[in-house]
Amino acid sequence: MRPSPACLLNILVPVKRAVDYAVKIRVNPQQTGVDLNVKHSMNPFDEIAVEEAVRIREKLKDEVKSIKAVTIGPPKSVDTLRTALAMGADSAIHVEIPESAPSPEPLGVAKTLRAIIDKNKEIDLVILGKQAIDDDAGQTGQMLAGLLGWSQATFASKVDIDVVNKVATVLREIDGGSEQLKCRLPLIITTDLRLNEPRYASLPNIMKAKKKPIEKLKPTDLGVDLTPILETLKVTEPPKRVGGSKVGSVDELVAKLKDAGFTGV
Amino acid sequence: MFSRPAVRVARHLARSYASAVSPNALVILEHRQGVLDSACLSALTAATQLGGKVTGLVISGPDSAAAALDSAKKLKGLDNLLHSTSELYSAPVVETVSPLLSKILSESSYTHVVSATSSFAKSLLPRVAAQLDVPAVSDITSLEHDAASNATTFTRPIYAGNAIATVKAPSSVSIKFFTVRSTSFAAALSDSAASVNVETIDPVHVSDVPTEHISTSLTKSDRPELGTASRIVSGGRPLKNAETFEATLYPLADVLGAAVGASRAAVDAGYADNSLQVGQTGKVVAPELYMAFGISGAIQHLAGMKDSKLIVAVNKDPDAPIFQVADIGLVGDLYEVIPELTEKLKK
Repeated sequence: MRPSPACLLNILVPVKRAVDYAVKIRVNPQQTGVDLNVKHSMNPFDEIAVEEAVRIREKLKDEVKSIKAVTIGPPKSVDTLRTALAMGADSAIHVEIPESAPSPEPLGVAKTLRAIIDKNKEIDLVILGKQAIDDDAGQTGQMLAGLLGWSQATFASKVDIDVVNKVATVLREIDGGSEQLKCRLPLIITTDLRLNEPRYASLPNIMKAKKKPIEKLKPTDLGVDLTPILETLKVTEPPKRVGGSKVGSVDELVAKLKDAGFTGV
Repeated sequence: MFSRPAVRVARHLARSYASAVSPNALVILEHRQGVLDSACLSALTAATQLGGKVTGLVISGPDSAAAALDSAKKLKGLDNLLHSTSELYSAPVVETVSPLLSKILSESSYTHVVSATSSFAKSLLPRVAAQLDVPAVSDITSLEHDAASNATTFTRPIYAGNAIATVKAPSSVSIKFFTVRSTSFAAALSDSAASVNVETIDPVHVSDVPTEHISTSLTKSDRPELGTASRIVSGGRPLKNAETFEATLYPLADVLGAAVGASRAAVDAGYADNSLQVGQTGKVVAPELYMAFGISGAIQHLAGMKDSKLIVAVNKDPDAPIFQVADIGLVGDLYEVIPELTEKLKK
């Protein structure tokens, strides 16, 4: 039986281009930031978000009408969108900012996403990574939920969507364990590490992705000012930890622990 | 406290007096069944460092209210304590707590909202901050408030702690929201003689809440809590399975009176619960002693433990990155080392 139009899911997946997780971070000599002349890739938690959207479609099939990826970033960010499209998103939006512009803050990103959702009123599910591994802020999903007044389920480790009843059951990771929530759509979900393992886009899908549409917008088109409110005064290296000696036996280890004041209780 | 300058006072003086506002911080004091979360005591310490008034907020269901208030009342550093009690807050969701927090903020003149970097507060604070059109600062490791300019400057880790950002929230940010890394601030102390002014706040009833709490599942343990333990024994991928993880590590943890932690690989493989994961996106710990067994030392794991006072690493691979941060390293098979270590520590 074909699902009625009212019972179709339209998913938005915001993604961020960030310094690759394996890169050795170096603070620049001016102490204004880190060396960004390094490998970038899609924020790992955002890969999990895209993967989850695609899995939801694999499970619910025709009930998922669209999966749209969006990024706010310089021209190079289009690569991140292509990855999302290759993984299974249908279309994408690139809110382009100049290469020289400072990285937008979570509040600015949330306002931009809200503006996009205001223009695309059919969106009823937004899946974001719980944090970006560059700023480690972990705020955007919650801020967007606050601006929209929507239900939110952060740090999701399992998601089940019932499109007909417009409700989602989400298991989330919390301090000390987990919690299960039942959330009415429209809903904001942020992904935790173990929600899924993202696929590698196959070559045929990468080729197909080149034909998928990417809408280009500027922040002014959405009425959003991305000027940061917080001022980054400097970026410094953390105190260096010098690796110490190696011992040759358990006896030596026990002796050193004892010297440091650590014995059995 | 400055008195209102008379009109005749030089304009530039009047302007600088007008912008100097003494901090008025609201600290979220979380609890489980009436027992205050120790991470909130660090948030309280951070709030007192702002240099102004500090008010605590306790939100609870009817069953845990008395116990939570009893502990909160005795905290040193609090000038005031607010509490709101309702069945609605027994298993709270942010959709019911954020209207309460918003109401409290709108009816007073708080300058800062402070919490621990806990899963609940992390979910709550940005939601409310966005509604008030202000940014939030996550996981701060230090702060400095300048009363004259009404600006607060924070340090916080970025790039998994491989860089430290110094970030200023200027006076244009009317309420400064921030979450506190508990390992960076000592827990506030209690004083049984302390007597804080307690004020009841009516719960805010929200019609048509879109989110329903179904269940909570917490790992039960008699062991010290990972986030606050002074000694931690942590295991990685070589530990085969959950039974072996437990059978190998727990006796050592018992001898040391330590909490047990795990690497992401161990948690992903199902050897340990996700609540034991130490790392950039798991728990950040800074115990007196951190012992890593069969943990290679990926950047993301180091982010969670490199501030530990003494780091001991045992690994078969002499080139494992963990040895670069370990104060004491031992190249060896953990299945041989741990039992021997456990025995010898018993003496």
